[in-house]
Amino acid sequence: MSKINQHILTCGGTGCRASESKELAQNLRDEIASNPAIEGSVKVVECGCFGFCEKGPIVKMLPDNTFYTQVKPTNAKEIIEEHIVKGRKIENLLYTDPVTKEVIDESKNMGFYKKQHRIALRNCGFVDPENIGEYIAREGYEALGRAIFEQEPQVIIDTIKASGLRGRGGGGFPTGLKWEFTKNAKGDQKYVVCNADEGDPGAFMDRSILEGDPHSIIEAMAICAYAIGANEGLVYIRAEYPLAIDRLKIAIKQAEETGLLGDNILGSDFSFKITIKYGAGAFVCGEETALIQSMEGLRGEPNLKPPFPAESGYFQKPTNVNNVETLANIPVILNKGADWYASMGTEKSKGTKVFALAGKINNVGLIEVPMGTTLREVIFDIGGGIKDGKKFKAVQTGGPSGGCLTEEHLDTPIDFDNLLAIGSMMGSGGMVVLDEDDCMVSMAQFYLEFTVEESCGKCAPCRIGNKRLHETLEKITQGKGVMEDLHQLRNMSEVIKETSLCGLGQTSPNPVLSTLDNFWDEYVEHVEDKKCVAGQCKSMLRYVITEEDCVGCTACVRVCPTNAITGTKKKPHIINQDLCIKCGACMDKCSFDSILLIA
Amino acid sequence: MSKINITIDNRKIEVEAGSTILEAAKNIGVEIPTLCHMNLHDLNVENKPAGCRVCVVEVEGRKNLAPSCATKVNEGMVIRTNNMRVINSRRTVMEFILSDHPKDCLVCAKNGVCDLQNMAAQLGVREIPNQEIYSMSEYRLDTSPSIIRNMDKCIMCRKCETMCNEVQTVGALYATGRGFDAVVSTPFHMDLVDTNCTYCGQCVAVCPTAALTEVDHTRAVIRAINDKSKTVVVQTAPAVRAALGEEFGLEAGHLVTGQMVAGLRQLGFDHIFDTDFAADVTIMEEGTELLDRLGKHLAGDKDVKLPILTSCCPGWVNFFETQFPDMLDIPSTARSPQQIFGSIAKTYFAEQLKIKREDMIVVSVMPCVAKKYEAQRDEFKTDGNPDVDISITTRELAQLMKQANLDIKTLPEEEFDQPMGESTGAGVIFGTTGGVIEAATRTAYELYTKKTLENVEFKQLRGMEGIRSATVDFDGFDLKIGIAHGLGNARQLLNDIRDGKSDFHAIEVMACPGGCIGGGGQPYHHGDSSILKKRAAALYTEDERKVKRKSHTNPAVIKVYEDFLGAPMSHKAHQLLHTNYFDKQQEGPEIVKGDDCTSCN
Repeated sequence: MSKINQHILTCGGTGCRASESKELAQNLRDEIASNPAIEGSVKVVECGCFGFCEKGPIVKMLPDNTFYTQVKPTNAKEIIEEHIVKGRKIENLLYTDPVTKEVIDESKNMGFYKKQHRIALRNCGFVDPENIGEYIAREGYEALGRAIFEQEPQVIIDTIKASGLRGRGGGGFPTGLKWEFTKNAKGDQKYVVCNADEGDPGAFMDRSILEGDPHSIIEAMAICAYAIGANEGLVYIRAEYPLAIDRLKIAIKQAEETGLLGDNILGSDFSFKITIKYGAGAFVCGEETALIQSMEGLRGEPNLKPPFPAESGYFQKPTNVNNVETLANIPVILNKGADWYASMGTEKSKGTKVFALAGKINNVGLIEVPMGTTLREVIFDIGGGIKDGKKFKAVQTGGPSGGCLTEEHLDTPIDFDNLLAIGSMMGSGGMVVLDEDDCMVSMAQFYLEFTVEESCGKCAPCRIGNKRLHETLEKITQGKGVMEDLHQLRNMSEVIKETSLCGLGQTSPNPVLSTLDNFWDEYVEHVEDKKCVAGQCKSMLRYVITEEDCVGCTACVRVCPTNAITGTKKKPHIINQDLCIKCGACMDKCSFDSILLIA
Repeated sequence: MSKINITIDNRKIEVEAGSTILEAAKNIGVEIPTLCHMNLHDLNVENKPAGCRVCVVEVEGRKNLAPSCATKVNEGMVIRTNNMRVINSRRTVMEFILSDHPKDCLVCAKNGVCDLQNMAAQLGVREIPNQEIYSMSEYRLDTSPSIIRNMDKCIMCRKCETMCNEVQTVGALYATGRGFDAVVSTPFHMDLVDTNCTYCGQCVAVCPTAALTEVDHTRAVIRAINDKSKTVVVQTAPAVRAALGEEFGLEAGHLVTGQMVAGLRQLGFDHIFDTDFAADVTIMEEGTELLDRLGKHLAGDKDVKLPILTSCCPGWVNFFETQFPDMLDIPSTARSPQQIFGSIAKTYFAEQLKIKREDMIVVSVMPCVAKKYEAQRDEFKTDGNPDVDISITTRELAQLMKQANLDIKTLPEEEFDQPMGESTGAGVIFGTTGGVIEAATRTAYELYTKKTLENVEFKQLRGMEGIRSATVDFDGFDLKIGIAHGLGNARQLLNDIRDGKSDFHAIEVMACPGGCIGGGGQPYHHGDSSILKKRAAALYTEDERKVKRKSHTNPAVIKVYEDFLGAPMSHKAHQLLHTNYFDKQQEGPEIVKGDDCTSCN
């Protein structure tokens, strides 16, 4: 048998699979199998997400690091014949920088990757998530082994505390402290829970980690269990993540078979098992007390804290709940040391953070940058700037709990406290970039629509207040708002924030408050001038006929369903705004571009 | 308990560690408004979802306002319950709640006794901004024989849920849906009649609004009395007299027996009778049944079912029919006093009046909403004509009296009519937990020992603990008695029986905490459980005042057996005073009626 000397890494994440990456991988294997010259020396590996989703499916060639983008299953033959057999790079599959037009063949030279520092995502796009050996080969389970045989639980907790790691699920609570609380809580049985109920619209870092590097989570949970004195772990994962669930199941099985999970791990006295609990897709179940209720088979709704889960959690036992991304950092911190981790980031936010870039940005995808990187670097250097050369308007961070930030905030170093200070939040790391065509009132309305759906309904301000916010925003976007509504919006938002029971209601008005703060004039325009400059609020738009371009052909008159257009033949026509239903049929029909849509 | 120092509204006070801000404030006379919080101290029931957010206060150093009902005080805590930030938030939250609540107060069942209405007034809410653009939650109206669910009026306080699940362990009501559509509902939004609901009415007893109310039968009473071709007979349950006064501003526990009789006479009922009479009959039947089973047991009969369970409470009967259908042969077969009354009234008394049963209308005044359902059960009808035609609650009677300008405070005391107005102290105490078994013990003791019972008060059977047990010396034989009130407690005793761990000879069960005095048809206690104790004390007082305190000494009861029924547990008694139970986990219960008297065969 010949030695494998070339690897073809394909993206096996959910996004690229939707673009037929699985078929692509199969085609590559078929091509290799049908070529006796290379068979046995080239291996195709389906990895986790590479992050550069904008250009997926991704294929990376090793050892020469060639990075192919937007590869289709039909490209398989070419890749094998040209790249593998003849050693020639396929030009049209290489990445072209949208600004410099330079063709770049290695990821490390691409703007998207240059400023990234991947810790939580270290193995995504490198290892086969379904093969424990590949994880072990990259220092996997070393931290666990060292913990069990060489370290006292308190030493581990002290290391995590010293690293400055804070919860990546949104709260930003110091992870080491949380572990310590659970360790010190009295209880005959303790639990480690991995919160994989990722719910922010557009955020998919947790899914990507579980799909691309499930063993890092298993290892981290085991370390946590050892540190706090637990022997049972639970992963609460959305049932909508089938691929992540599959890979996690495979990983748990492999870890058990390898003696890294189960009774007497690595022959020690320490035993730990993991079971999977499925969530039904309720956003609020990402809140730890609601998550615990849901795991217990109860209605997923939060409880007042205290008591915190560390004292009384799953079935009233001390329970440590950490989010996926938080856990993914644990083994690396223990391998490389607290000082190494704490050397990255800002004063109070250490390490790196994964963000899901979305919206009107050139490079949509998943990125990981050191804390303290500025919004400008993320959006323009990594994200490649705004699509179609449009103007940057705002960036929405923190998902439905966050706020909209503007041009003036672009040079703010991103960390937990800075984002809070400017009226947004880190959240789980969603980042939606908006351009001049986005209406900020509609934006707030969009997020409220989400929270209205996802509120559990337990407390009155969140259950009813958010609905009222949404209805008031709708009134404004329909052109029926009055100035008093803006004052109502602010009062309602502030009251909902300070009276709601859990984090959902305490943050859900943020999109409203931040847009009121940063885009007050736009609200006033909607209310006073009945004008939406972004052109998104349809009810405020008007179709008008430009007198000089109209030849009076009457085509528009014939197509108008409400007889809103009148005029004499061969003379300019006019649209009666009272009758117009803004269907746009006239504009489609006009051959002279004489009908305009104006704000 | 250690003490800690806190500051509330600039007043430095010392409070017990572990108390909530709400409790601490109460100590200095500051009543923080609440909607969803309920603490029935005497029953050990607390509902504290911290969901309404009306009770929020400012705690120094905290970013957000804190719910005072669920936030415990810490040493040095500085609290403001009344600054403008708090008041603005409280009022805005109240506006939210009202914005999703129907505004039909004028014709609402809770008009004047609604906690939400009172709170809106207290917080000075005069208008809901933008109400015209706000949508309202709308749900299907669900009417059952006893309870109406109008969930448009639900404010998600979850009190009913606590009662239905934690106290009663019935599980008919639970929060469903998400966000704006979240509402307390039945499993799969079924109609209440299709659920395990026992109609105990504890949900109605605690509902702050008119989301859960009794089915109103006052109109039917007016129609019946107006119908000159009918003879209208009314019976009043023991617990009613101990609570009716509350509806007229009297202190809880103020007995109004005579005034109630006067009021009923003013309303135009033809015969004013007492359910206590029927309670005495119940004891004759149930006591005899107990002694019968006990005698067989002592004679070595292994098949005899012991303990015997009381069967006066329709909520309890529904509970074991739906939840313990394998144990239907354990409870006494004696009907409840309401039904025994109806049965005797429409036979014995109708014969005395020489009228057909169809021309008699029996109205019952009950502390209970389950009685409405019980009265409609098919097995309590003869040729479609029910033994009890209309069952109204204490609250409905108060309503009728108020409509008729009758104030219980100014009415004279009058006597019940004869013969079915005659009762003993044993019949009176049926209305409180422990009362039925105490009444049965008084009679059973004398029948069993053939001796006169000198001290009729069995204090060991009284109290408010959820499960109680006592042993009564029957002249050398130890009769072991269990008592449970609240269906969750009853479930525990039933599970013990099923597991063969119960050594009781007799168990009394009442569905409602406190017994009938705490029934779902009583004046609203608004979360003050001390009211129940006062009502219970009133019944024991009435018992003390009675000359005759043992059921079998009731002359009217003796006469009805002599003239009509024969002996207790006779064939006629079985036909008229006993019943069968049905497995309600099965569809369509088979009705056993008339001559198919299974007890005699």
